[in-house]
Amino acid sequence: MRRTVIDNQSHCAYTGLVLSKLNLETLPRHHAATVDAIDWTRLSPPEARRLRELGFDEGVPVEVLHRARLGGGPIACRIGRMTVALRRAVAAAIQVTIPLPAE
Amino acid sequence: MEHPPLVALVGNPNAGKSALFNALTGARQKVGNYPGVTVERHSGRLALADGRPVELIDLPGAYSLDPSSPDERVTRDVVTGKSGLERLPDALIVVVDAANLDNHLRFTLQLIALGLPVVVALNMIDLAERDGLTLDAAVLERELGVPVIPTVAVRRRGLEDLREALARAVVPVTGVVPLRPSDGSVQDDIVTLQRRARRIATAATVAETSGRRWMHLLDAVALHPIGGPLLLATILFVMFQAVFTWAKIPADAIDAGFAGLQGLVAAHLPDGFLRSLLADGLIAGVGAVVVFLPQILILFLFILVLESSGYMVRAAFQMDRLMATVGLSGRAFIPLLSSFACAVPGIMATRTIEDEKDRLTTILIAPLMTCSARWPVYTLIIGAMIPDTQVLPFVRLQGLVMFGLLLIGIAGAYVAALVLRRTVTKGASSGFMMEMPKYQVPRLGDIALGLWQRALVFLKRAGTTIAATTMVLWLLLSFPKPPVGSGISPVDYSIAGRIGHGIEQVVKPIGFNRDIALALLPAMAAREVAVSAIGTVYAIDDSDGKGTDRITDQIRGRWSLPTALAFLMWFVFAPQCISTIAVTRRETNGWKWPLFMVGYLFAAAYVMAGITFWLATFAGL
Repeated sequence: MRRTVIDNQSHCAYTGLVLSKLNLETLPRHHAATVDAIDWTRLSPPEARRLRELGFDEGVPVEVLHRARLGGGPIACRIGRMTVALRRAVAAAIQVTIPLPAE
Repeated sequence: MEHPPLVALVGNPNAGKSALFNALTGARQKVGNYPGVTVERHSGRLALADGRPVELIDLPGAYSLDPSSPDERVTRDVVTGKSGLERLPDALIVVVDAANLDNHLRFTLQLIALGLPVVVALNMIDLAERDGLTLDAAVLERELGVPVIPTVAVRRRGLEDLREALARAVVPVTGVVPLRPSDGSVQDDIVTLQRRARRIATAATVAETSGRRWMHLLDAVALHPIGGPLLLATILFVMFQAVFTWAKIPADAIDAGFAGLQGLVAAHLPDGFLRSLLADGLIAGVGAVVVFLPQILILFLFILVLESSGYMVRAAFQMDRLMATVGLSGRAFIPLLSSFACAVPGIMATRTIEDEKDRLTTILIAPLMTCSARWPVYTLIIGAMIPDTQVLPFVRLQGLVMFGLLLIGIAGAYVAALVLRRTVTKGASSGFMMEMPKYQVPRLGDIALGLWQRALVFLKRAGTTIAATTMVLWLLLSFPKPPVGSGISPVDYSIAGRIGHGIEQVVKPIGFNRDIALALLPAMAAREVAVSAIGTVYAIDDSDGKGTDRITDQIRGRWSLPTALAFLMWFVFAPQCISTIAVTRRETNGWKWPLFMVGYLFAAAYVMAGITFWLATFAGL
């Protein structure tokens, strides 16, 4: 697996795995992750509602599939069994966790 | 009058609702509009298993009963019985995508809670199985407490079972007034419902393997940062190429057919008023427009295929960045692309845009997309005035000018959106959040049905609006007749000629002559009428019989190149289409925005045509 720069690393006390705190905007492609928390305050009410309607919720598995052109295009991600397109600002409000094998 | 029971099809977008509707009703369906809103109302007849007829309506796809766009509002209002648009349905068929249960069941739970009889169609079960998903419909039935019927709408599977379940759900009226369902305002929190939906989906899933490799493969190209835009550009290029090349043979055939008809009339009617009216007025006018039916259908064929295959949302994904620079979102790309065929369905397609300001901006710039009604005008003028020289290998000057006009329209829309979003439709830039539907091979029958409906609308327009305008113009141009031997041109002497003379004073500064001034007024009904109008003007003007010059030769003889270029530029911008103005009024609920649209587009047309004329004149063209 490709090495990626990850901020905010911490060891999980029970499993010894390195858990990294990321958001959906910075999550590398094709890494299985789960939604950790969603910062609803960064979203407008309609955005927040649509995000919930599309199934974004704590504990749901997500994966980044594609990013449109360099320079801030939208992100396509898999949530549940759906593919959803989001803008980066919205993706940045979605905190995710990926378990990585211990070094 | 006794109405048959009403059954509504409801479900999330991309659940295959319309395919199920087509499968259940066949071609026996009516497309209308809900009064006051331009959401299309699709209804049809269906016989239940016990032979009773019911009326089936297809409601717009929605994610929840909490509407965020006009069409979702119609769905909410109809199923809660407070619309006034529709009677309260006697039962609902809730359509869910079997491969996307955790999401679609949430809306299902909301709908079941309304208290109407519900039958769930577990649709696209074959695709779910191919994806490695094994579902237990019995578990789902137990958890939801309503009948669940596995269906494959496109393969006509499960329809009999659905008809049977529906027959049990639609209970004959027993004289007891049914309870009005709750209005949906007191809902469980969306998160709670979602979690419950996920639990039920997990319970009903017997086995799951990760599948859809082919879909990921397609997306690897369609959503690729470089490959994706290239693919989109290729598709658009092929689309416009096809519109002009494939249409040639059928268009020539239609042209020949109308010419034959004209000949027939000329041969069998005595020379005089009636013959001239039918041959020069009606047949020539309608024929000049119907010739473009093949082009319009080819364009709609591409759009329908792109939409039903699931690619359109990928195109929107690729366009989002560019659209964001003018404060729009990728979602606006879909109606704008449809506007290349015709702005009317394009403007109607904006109703899926949630943000009001976004939607308004898209409506206001949609008429700048080069709709098919402009092609007859462009083709005629370019054919007459622009030499068909080879400028580059494979590139001819005429094609280049045509393409240039298309690009000027897009650039105009870009600038207009930029300005509008900073002035009259100012507001926070809305987001772009869209579900990407599964790829699927479009069903031939559904595409054919869509094309048939478009063709019907177009022909109806040609037979009514365009025929009527052409005839009125012919009459106004023919009367009164100048005194014999006066030497005055019959056109100048006619009522239309006098009106045209007035208009000419206004458009003279931008290089327009009397013929153009005359054509502008009837072209308000539909742009393509300009072609038949100019044709009629020359036919009548020439009736003293110097010869039967073709319309292109007439233009070549009477117009200067700067005038022709200014005329083309005028048609890029001018809002000359009553239908577009009418649909804008309906969509925006008032006269304010259509009047604004007409104003800003006419101003742009006048200024741009003027600039073109004077630049070309100074350049010595």
